[in-house]
Amino acid sequence: MSVLLALILTPAVAGCIAFAWSSRGGRRAILLLAAASHLALTLWLWFQRPVVASQSWLGVDAMGLLFLTVASVLFFAAAVYSLGYLHDEQQSSHVDIEEGFLFINEPEAVFVGCLLLFLASMTLVTLSQHFGLLWVGVEATTLATAPLIYFHRHHRSLEATWKYLLICSVGIALALLGNFLLAVAASSSRSGHAALIVLCLQQQASHLHGPWLRAAFLFFLVGYGTKMGLAPLHTWLPDAHSESPSPVSALLSGALLNCAFLGILRLHQLCVAAGQGDFSQPLLILFGLASMLVASVFLLRQADFKRMLAYSSVEHMGILALGVGLGGVGVFGALLHAVNHSLTKAALFLVAGNILAAYATKSTSDVRGIRRVLPATGILWLAGFLAITGSPPFGTFLSEFTILKAALDQQHAVVAVLYLVLLGLIFIGMANLVLPMTQGEALNKGQPHERKRGEPLWSIAPAAVLLALTLTLGLWVPDWLGGT
Amino acid sequence: MPSSVSELILVAVMLTNLALLGMGRLRSSIRMVGLQGMTLGVLPLCVSSQGLMWPLVVIAVGSFALKGLVFPWWLTRTWRATNAQAEVAPIVGPSASTALGAALIAFSFWIGSRFQLPPNVPVVSRLAMPVAVATLLSGLFVIVTRRQALMQVLGYLVLENGIFVFGLALAHEEPLLVEMGILLDVFVAVFVMGIAVFHIAREFDHIDVERLTELRD
Repeated sequence: MSVLLALILTPAVAGCIAFAWSSRGGRRAILLLAAASHLALTLWLWFQRPVVASQSWLGVDAMGLLFLTVASVLFFAAAVYSLGYLHDEQQSSHVDIEEGFLFINEPEAVFVGCLLLFLASMTLVTLSQHFGLLWVGVEATTLATAPLIYFHRHHRSLEATWKYLLICSVGIALALLGNFLLAVAASSSRSGHAALIVLCLQQQASHLHGPWLRAAFLFFLVGYGTKMGLAPLHTWLPDAHSESPSPVSALLSGALLNCAFLGILRLHQLCVAAGQGDFSQPLLILFGLASMLVASVFLLRQADFKRMLAYSSVEHMGILALGVGLGGVGVFGALLHAVNHSLTKAALFLVAGNILAAYATKSTSDVRGIRRVLPATGILWLAGFLAITGSPPFGTFLSEFTILKAALDQQHAVVAVLYLVLLGLIFIGMANLVLPMTQGEALNKGQPHERKRGEPLWSIAPAAVLLALTLTLGLWVPDWLGGT
Repeated sequence: MPSSVSELILVAVMLTNLALLGMGRLRSSIRMVGLQGMTLGVLPLCVSSQGLMWPLVVIAVGSFALKGLVFPWWLTRTWRATNAQAEVAPIVGPSASTALGAALIAFSFWIGSRFQLPPNVPVVSRLAMPVAVATLLSGLFVIVTRRQALMQVLGYLVLENGIFVFGLALAHEEPLLVEMGILLDVFVAVFVMGIAVFHIAREFDHIDVERLTELRD
């Protein structure tokens, strides 16, 4: 238990210190230190997993630990990247790359402090064994990340922040209503005492009141689905993920979307245990396919490479929902895919940050010849593209294939065909954007900022390690992953 | 205990919704949402059938102070700092909004009659469910049809109030810690939204969210 508290409190306390500490070096040291100790504690949990008492609010189960580990690994990578990023961004004013006006950055103390509080709230989400506490954690992630999106203080990032803050807050408020509906559904089983503890509810799932449980699932799906970026509730996502600084985009896409997914997943499992799976599964399949469809439409003609990555996140969240909705091996496929997607997408956003810094544009048509200008970045960008589109031998291929197998196992032929067609479309769409960026000669337009900093190790190593992990998962899935 | 008192409160909440929808000025809208918050702050004291329980008292005091006093103060302060125009600038005008608000109430009663509560659920009042739904929908309506960023914050608060009524009426045995966590989150949300509104006013010289349309595909 004390380990779990330490996991939440370490980043929370470090974040508060970062807010108050005026020393720039001290703040950066504390960011790295907190990230490293969080990762160490998380890894320690794999060896020494505390037993979950059925009444406790905090606990580690296989699913929570999986998402916690993903968040922790990603945060460490993003923290390393952020140190270099903050060093590059520390001059007093900046020229906007699209419209040429001057803007300033958010104070670094706010950035580092919010980043650490963000980690603390994500940890709370993954360790919550109580639906209400999970809700508190998810809402806290929204509030901690809003200032991070507004790091570059100009009107576009502000617009993105406002949309994110309002749409996600309303969505999560609806998920709160879902929690209360769940409490009503549970109160018929015992004498009015409604505790929303996951394990307690699982044990008495058959006594849950059906109609109210279904209503609760609807509100969970709409509420957390907004935060997860399922179409048609995704409208804030491309704006927020493209306007925030790259290490933040990496965490938002890679770690935060999973947290919202966890909320839906936990209630879905409860629905299945309560015999309401026939209600929740088709809904998840529907939202999943809709997300893939919307993403493919917007990916095909995307002119901004960070927005391209954001729409790709919408696609992959759709794949997760689809996998869980199909059930059977699909659930395992979805969890494996969540890990693969997080590692790959975070790497891609970090690499996109390098491209953005070197070329000073987000336009896909203005970036040419990455392979020559930034050799290591070019290789990572290409490898990341192959991984995110599910090409073998990356882990994403394995997990997307598992979900296809689930669709065929369950005799969902139409779903399987749609899934393959959409995956194919997205592959072609992204290839059309990514391959010209990598190849060819650099255009003159990108020259003035080029080679501003070369390719320092901090900008390459985190993404390379994350992609290497995806590759490893494609070649060898450890036994302990199979158990979740 | 006194279910008549709680029904009085619920009716008052319903009336504040209607009044808010008919308002044309930002300042009075903030006051009206504050009034709704104060009214709701009393509700936790009358939901329990076993007399006063201290967790409910804590929630009552917390809600009253935050929703009735702190939020209106903070939003008024933001409004002053932004030099925003006094009008609400609605897409749907005040009288049409009020008419729609009345329709929402009718709809909520219909929804409330459709849902069968499971057995063993202690019901505070038959009004609770319709009032919760009507408040929630009024909040959503305000968010969608009011163009000023501060009005959208008010809409979010009203939406949250609706969910608060629902939770208190039907699930009031939730642990105190969770309730306080929810209250804290809402507090920080309003705080952060206020800061965002302030930045919007400084960056754009207005807080009209209809004109925030730079980002699109």
